[in-house]
Amino acid sequence: MSKTDVTRRGVIKTGAVAGAGLAVPTIFTASSAAAYTNEPTGGEVTLGFNVPQTGPYADEENDELLAQQLAVEHLNGEGDGGCLNTFTSKALKGNGILGKKVTFVTGDTQTKSDAARASAKSMIEKDGAVMINGGSSSGVAIAVQGLCQDAGVIFMAGLTHSNDTTGKDKKANGFRHFFNAYMSAAALAPILEKELGADRRAYHLTADYTWGWSQQESIAAATEAMGWETVNNVLTPLASTDFSSYIAPVLNSGADVLILNHYGGNMVNSLTNAIQFGMMEKVVNNKDFKIVVPLYSELMAAGAGENIKGVFGSMNYNWQLDNEGSKQFVKSFGEKYGKPPSNSAQTCYAQTLLYADACERAGTFNPCGVAEALEGFEFDGLGNGKTLYRADDHQCFKDVLVVKGADNPTNAYDTLEIVEVTPVEQVTYAPDHPMFAGGALGTCNPGA
Amino acid sequence: MFGLDKKDTTLLLVVAALTMLAPFLLNPFPTESGMAQFNAGYPDLMQKFVIFGIFAIGFNILFGLTGYLSFGHAAFLGVGSYAAVWIFKLFTYNVFPAILLSVIVAALFSLLIGFVSLRRSGIYFSILTLAFPQMSFALAYSVLSNPKFNLTNGETGLQVYADDPQRFHREGLPDLPHLFGLSMRSTHTMEIGAWSFDFNVGYYLCAIVMLVTFYLSVRIFRSPFGMMLRAVKSNQQRMNYTGLNTRPYTLAAFVISGMYAGLAGGLLAAMDPLAGAERMQWTASGEVVLMTILGGAGTLIGPILGAGFIKYFENIFSKINDNVLHQWFSFMPDGIEDFMVFIVHPFVGKGWHLTLGILFMLVVIFLPGGLVDGGQRIGRWLRSRGQKEDKTTGTTEPAE
Repeated sequence: MSKTDVTRRGVIKTGAVAGAGLAVPTIFTASSAAAYTNEPTGGEVTLGFNVPQTGPYADEENDELLAQQLAVEHLNGEGDGGCLNTFTSKALKGNGILGKKVTFVTGDTQTKSDAARASAKSMIEKDGAVMINGGSSSGVAIAVQGLCQDAGVIFMAGLTHSNDTTGKDKKANGFRHFFNAYMSAAALAPILEKELGADRRAYHLTADYTWGWSQQESIAAATEAMGWETVNNVLTPLASTDFSSYIAPVLNSGADVLILNHYGGNMVNSLTNAIQFGMMEKVVNNKDFKIVVPLYSELMAAGAGENIKGVFGSMNYNWQLDNEGSKQFVKSFGEKYGKPPSNSAQTCYAQTLLYADACERAGTFNPCGVAEALEGFEFDGLGNGKTLYRADDHQCFKDVLVVKGADNPTNAYDTLEIVEVTPVEQVTYAPDHPMFAGGALGTCNPGA
Repeated sequence: MFGLDKKDTTLLLVVAALTMLAPFLLNPFPTESGMAQFNAGYPDLMQKFVIFGIFAIGFNILFGLTGYLSFGHAAFLGVGSYAAVWIFKLFTYNVFPAILLSVIVAALFSLLIGFVSLRRSGIYFSILTLAFPQMSFALAYSVLSNPKFNLTNGETGLQVYADDPQRFHREGLPDLPHLFGLSMRSTHTMEIGAWSFDFNVGYYLCAIVMLVTFYLSVRIFRSPFGMMLRAVKSNQQRMNYTGLNTRPYTLAAFVISGMYAGLAGGLLAAMDPLAGAERMQWTASGEVVLMTILGGAGTLIGPILGAGFIKYFENIFSKINDNVLHQWFSFMPDGIEDFMVFIVHPFVGKGWHLTLGILFMLVVIFLPGGLVDGGQRIGRWLRSRGQKEDKTTGTTEPAE
């Protein structure tokens, strides 16, 4: 050990250095003249598109990014204008937002909360983004939503299906266009009753994390209410790739419906395993064995291939929907990218336009003004039909699609067929519903 | 100064100058210029630089000195974060107690894991330490976040809600982590001509903590204790034969580096009050190993450089998308522009892992001692170039 001589001079010197060090931060206390975070001052306004470009949901998000770029084009008056032509609000003129040209920055969430927050922060702090849009996992959405609330920018959620996003984790600066697990359950239950009967025995396999639980809870509640029995609920680790060991017990449990509360790669694998076990051909309790996947997406359907034939599920949007907004969007998207848009692409596109429209109507980019313009906003023409942005929890209410794996698909894109469009009244719930209770919206934060 | 010899004092002063002037050094390009893409001087990234610097410095005390390769350090970072967020939730947004608790919790946790893992050395030790963070990750991700006993809030990550008790939170204090009222988020932006520089309170707190921990690490490196650890690295068996019990030394090194990790975790939570389970995943542990090796294991400043290098790639390169590329090459004719974008595209944006991987390979193959080794080689080359003339005249050739 080096010699330590404590001298009077040494102590004073060290003290002075330490004191100066401690004093440094106080010199730099905040002093900002802007009215709100990242007030755009030039001729441009920057939006942040935060999507997982690497990690398990990367495919899903490639589509989101394409849709966001399309939205920016339409906002700036390039291309064919897309849904600006069909949108019921006519505030947008194709000259950017409030006369400012729209530019965007992108970031990689890596499907991890930490990375997503870092990427969103860099968009806010470095690039001056006034709005963050995107994300796929609910965990990421909730994490980024919290960040946007603290930083004072608007968060327009992308694909997030957990009840918590607009339930116990809702935030005044966050808005969700996508539907949620409760709505899936409410829409699916009557169809399942009609197609499969009211005396089924269901076996749940559930991804072992927040979203899985929330979906399982919703589905179990809805199906039990119509007379189904829940035989068992088995939690599977998210990282599993082989579900054979979970599937085998299902056959001996006396259950005649398998509900897969899985998403993405999990769902593709578990469904494939179930098919390999010949479940779809089984007859249990004198009924045909059925499989239900409550949350569907085109990309998962593509991943599962043949196996999804006859499997029921729900969706937020499908390109086969026959309304003006949807047709227009599919046309614009198809002409530019040569394929129909997915579920997640549509929600990101709609969210970007909704944000821009809210800015126009509020006459400002101030998050508080924008939030006020979005709250209670009723619109149509973005593809989902008539939609309401509820003020109480910033959740969109619109029709929910119940879909089924097509029996005879004619091409790679119509692997899913729409069984029913469940009207919005049937999926609406009270803002203080027990599955959504426990959070508070708080007040909007303009930052700065 | 501070009981360091001249060389170490210089090193400490250099590091101090670099961290204190970082807002200037990391923002070398004017805000509106095309090169602004490469600016790294915004609060979040600067904070990450120094926090992961602390993490890597701590890891280096274990790996660099004793040679024990732990794949479990992310677990300590994770528990540190969780501890800090719980303080925010239950008591106060003041970061001081939060960081203190995160260090203590990480110390206890590393004592436990170290006690078990250090019964083995070499690859067996690495595998044991790999198992623990995976266990912790699984616990945090699902087991400890069930509705009945929610310690970690699972996938969503632990965060502070408006209805949390926060017993010592008063009106008038910022509703964000703060140090005795000074908000971690408050930033002073200085505009000089076309340049803009951000001075962020949170960053300076982290920077000062990093300087203190760096100083401590220098002292450990130069102490008899550090010498003992080096001896463990060079030949542990021989030490055991001489009748010396090395385990207390390795355990102490393990706990110290665990505390560093906990401190980093606490600071992460203090800058951004959220703790996610993926902080504990083994890939996060692998990252700190990469940082240390990339910078130079066993050197004082190497880990900090490595941490900065990786974080820079993760945050800056991942944000370069095709639009940006088209802007860069817009001066070229159309065909060539598209071709250039096509060539560069796989290495930026979502391909940042690829670029980092290639650089890592180059460093490991050509600079086995990491970035520090590279610096030393350049230094030696410059010096030898200056001395070459008198060398040839001064040395005498042996006759046979």
